[in-house]
Amino acid sequence: MASPVSSPARPGGPPPAPTEPPVEGGRRRWSVQGGALPYLLLAPALVFELLVHVIPMITGVVISFLKLNQFYLRHWLDAPFAGLANYQLSLDFHSEIGVDLLRSVAITIAYSVVVVSFSWLFGIFGATLLQRSMRGRSALRTIFLIPYALPVFTSVIVWKFMLNQDNGLVNHVLAQLHLGSGKHFWLLGDSAFFSMALVGVWRLWPFALLTLMAGMQSIPTDLYEAAEVDGANRWQQFRKLTVPMLRPVNQVLVLVLFLWTFNDFNVPYTLFAGSTPASADLISVHIKQSSFITWNFGLGSAMSVLLLLFLLVVTVGYLAVTSRRTRDA
Amino acid sequence: MHESRSYRAIRAVGLTFLFLFTVLPLYVMLSTSLKPLADVQDDFHWLPSTITLRPFVDIWSTVPLARYFGNSVIVAGCASVLSVTIALFAAYAISRYTFRGREIFRMAVLSTQMFPGILFLLPLFLIYVNIGQATGIKLNGNLSGLIITYLTFSLPFSIWMLVGYFNSIPRELDEAALVDGASPVRALLSIIVPAAKPGIVAVLIYSFMTSWSESLFASVLTDEGSKTLAVGLAEYSTQNAVYWNQIMAASLVVSLPVVLGFLLMQRYLVQGLTAGAVK
Amino acid sequence: MRLKTLTAALAVALAATGLAACGSGGGSDPKAITYWASNQGPSLQRDKEILTPELAEFTKQTGIAVKLEVIDWTHLLDRITTATTSGDGPDVVNIGNTWSASLQATGAFVDFDGPTLDKIGGQSKFLATSLRSTGAEGKTPTSVPLYGLSYGLFYNKKKFAAAGITTPPTNWTDFVADAKKLTNPAANTYGLSLAGGSYTESAHFAFIFGKQHGGNFFDKSGTPTFATPQNVAGVKQYLDLLGVDQVSIPSSAEHDTTQDATADFTSGKAAMMMGQSNTTAYIAANGMAESDYGIAPLPIEAPLPPGGERVNSHVAGINIAAFKDKNTDAALKFINFMTSKAEQVKLNQAYGSLPVTAEAAADPAFQVPTIKTFLDVLANTSAPMPMVTNESQFETTVGSALKDLVAQIVGGKPVTEGDVQAALSAAQQKLGGS
Repeated sequence: MASPVSSPARPGGPPPAPTEPPVEGGRRRWSVQGGALPYLLLAPALVFELLVHVIPMITGVVISFLKLNQFYLRHWLDAPFAGLANYQLSLDFHSEIGVDLLRSVAITIAYSVVVVSFSWLFGIFGATLLQRSMRGRSALRTIFLIPYALPVFTSVIVWKFMLNQDNGLVNHVLAQLHLGSGKHFWLLGDSAFFSMALVGVWRLWPFALLTLMAGMQSIPTDLYEAAEVDGANRWQQFRKLTVPMLRPVNQVLVLVLFLWTFNDFNVPYTLFAGSTPASADLISVHIKQSSFITWNFGLGSAMSVLLLLFLLVVTVGYLAVTSRRTRDA
Repeated sequence: MHESRSYRAIRAVGLTFLFLFTVLPLYVMLSTSLKPLADVQDDFHWLPSTITLRPFVDIWSTVPLARYFGNSVIVAGCASVLSVTIALFAAYAISRYTFRGREIFRMAVLSTQMFPGILFLLPLFLIYVNIGQATGIKLNGNLSGLIITYLTFSLPFSIWMLVGYFNSIPRELDEAALVDGASPVRALLSIIVPAAKPGIVAVLIYSFMTSWSESLFASVLTDEGSKTLAVGLAEYSTQNAVYWNQIMAASLVVSLPVVLGFLLMQRYLVQGLTAGAVK
Repeated sequence: MRLKTLTAALAVALAATGLAACGSGGGSDPKAITYWASNQGPSLQRDKEILTPELAEFTKQTGIAVKLEVIDWTHLLDRITTATTSGDGPDVVNIGNTWSASLQATGAFVDFDGPTLDKIGGQSKFLATSLRSTGAEGKTPTSVPLYGLSYGLFYNKKKFAAAGITTPPTNWTDFVADAKKLTNPAANTYGLSLAGGSYTESAHFAFIFGKQHGGNFFDKSGTPTFATPQNVAGVKQYLDLLGVDQVSIPSSAEHDTTQDATADFTSGKAAMMMGQSNTTAYIAANGMAESDYGIAPLPIEAPLPPGGERVNSHVAGINIAAFKDKNTDAALKFINFMTSKAEQVKLNQAYGSLPVTAEAAADPAFQVPTIKTFLDVLANTSAPMPMVTNESQFETTVGSALKDLVAQIVGGKPVTEGDVQAALSAAQQKLGGS
């Protein structure tokens, strides 16, 4: 996935489903032992991953143990070893820094939950409605996918314009429909959180739609026909047939959506011109504003590592829980 | 299939809602780009008072959009093609062979997705600088550094998609070729690649799209000559913060290639997802 | 597995290269320098247009070629940071003068000690106030002033005349009274438009208002003193313009940049605005005629509260610095050129900024009443923002705190002195760790 920080709504999570080859005619065909060939084939990918992902990441982790601020920037290898000081500072919940970090994590979790839930709901809703062929189906699907295809900056800036207090479309429509004064500040205060979530959902739900439609296509239609014959109505078909069959898809989809949304940098940064209101302080912007902007790279790196550890724990936990359920199902 | 009246009503309402939700901002972008400046500084109006193409003309004159456009095309194009090619080989290895380290590779790839980009921005820049000093290959302030970065960013997802897709291609096909004396690479190129076309196209599109709109790394790794559209647009919008009609016009111009390409290819994307990541 | 070992070896080699101490990357060609200019004009393109002929002139005079890159403000600091860390950067760069102390601390820039200053004309060449914003007190500066800026009050002459206001207000009491005369919510016209959503502008005004009340955000030893009663009083007075006095257009709470406030000013929604001298360029770009507006110094509280200072602007401006271990001689020649009388006159006129040298300040071009106003403010009633290494952190934390207080006001919950104190206190705590 492109840096989770810069392209939050691009597919990026590899599905953790096992990649066992399909069983053919009762015989399990295993992959072949190929000697050096597989390594050779993997080498280019490995080299680039090492160069661009792994080594910088390790360097970043190293920096988190250094007191690297503007004084040492020039000869950063000479920066004094800070041990766990940066981590202690980040996690000091008696100080404003630690409290702020915690608050930011809480806000980010809330944001991710809201955005992923609504994106998924819209996605499954839309996918179900478009499941059977109907007039205009592919035109609609095409249109629905456009927000996902738009570059991030573009989609956010349009919403910023629409949510403007004095000449934005949202307030204009609300005023015309007599739903409130039409003078509300959507980009300030607590409303900022909901505006941000709205933009997040707008960008993300088409991907859920796409994935779920693809998943649904692989459900054989005769299963639905059989269910209909058995007297199940649409809602029951949906609940008892569609949802369970989509479980493996959903397991991956939800994880992917969550990881992207959690690391989202562009939406808050563009919507609020770099300095987010307190209610919309997502963790990636928070880290940038509280450390990198002030040259405190040691602290910023420590916070980023903590973020990574948190996501690792969440992912592993999520996979454990959902895989167990799949096994039990 | 029998469709009850109530279902049809629900479907109509639901699809209308989703349609409006999707299209409203797109309409705003289009209509605003055709408005004279006075319109956007005043209260909101649905229609432009007069339709003007001035914003589109203005953006080309104040910002070297053409150069940025060209840079973005080169970067996104090269990054996506290279990424897919490398992913092809890697996916082939994972799909068709067992070898030590296979699982570790998979886990490592998953974890790269969780890392906040801002953390490895500075180290990456440092590495490029040092490579430049050690080998003379200039990687920053240059399109090549950006290409290398972007192709790597899309590698994990590309490899995963292709592995899933390759796994659904019956082994008999390439094994037959191997039996006939073809080298594994021949088998890959002449058997698997044609069969995996939708997956490959999907991965290509995804890679292109991500590279096109990335701006964080681009802002640090490029200089004036190599700046991409994503960075240029952000800068343009900051400087002309109140000239919304121009910002919308610029946004349209920046989005058009990606959206058009995506829409033309979305059929492949669905096919690719169906057989690939979803299985 | 041979290949596996090879891959591992390659990885180690790359790691070694990547982690190696940064080389110096010194300028190789004594006849060429790279110059990173900041965005001073309405667009990067325009900056290039203004600078290119001047750079050509420099080349003609000295034979040194200049490779120019104009970088916008959102990216300039990042680029300077990466250049500092990697050693791979330009020979000369513009910096915001509030960054002086922080950049000074990196040790990456040429020190302007006596002999070096003499190479560019000597310390006395520069205006005293501008020099105060070149680094921490008592330390050798690592940048010199290039363009000066100061705040002023822009007012709509027609609206003033229509409301019967004959002279622009000089203290805040009169200011509020005048602004109220010009405020008519029903007609959506207000006395003032602020950039309430900009954290840099907010930080500047917190500083200025604080100074007028006798407050300082850092004491002499550099310890932060954000939440003193004087600072609280100053910030509250600024916020009251929006909240209590209600003379600022409500949408100004959302204005991220001065440009938004300028748009309100030029479209007639606001009769006054507070901006730096280069706002004139934006006003012109919006189509408002120069004769339609007037410029006055920002009001100063009268009578001045105990301990208060006559300050109505911070020492705003752009400095110029040279990276160490590069083509220092050529860089100094270039800096000398840029701070020469001819260039100072030309460039500051083009950008709507103020000259930083005594020679240039005496030029008739800057004696025009409007520019003279700004110059006088810069010379007489401006104070440098805290020249501490965590100045940018101060701006971020205090600016964001103010932004949130502004949001609270327009959200319907009035802001009390206690709220201001709590916010400033929290902001100060966030400085820990640097």
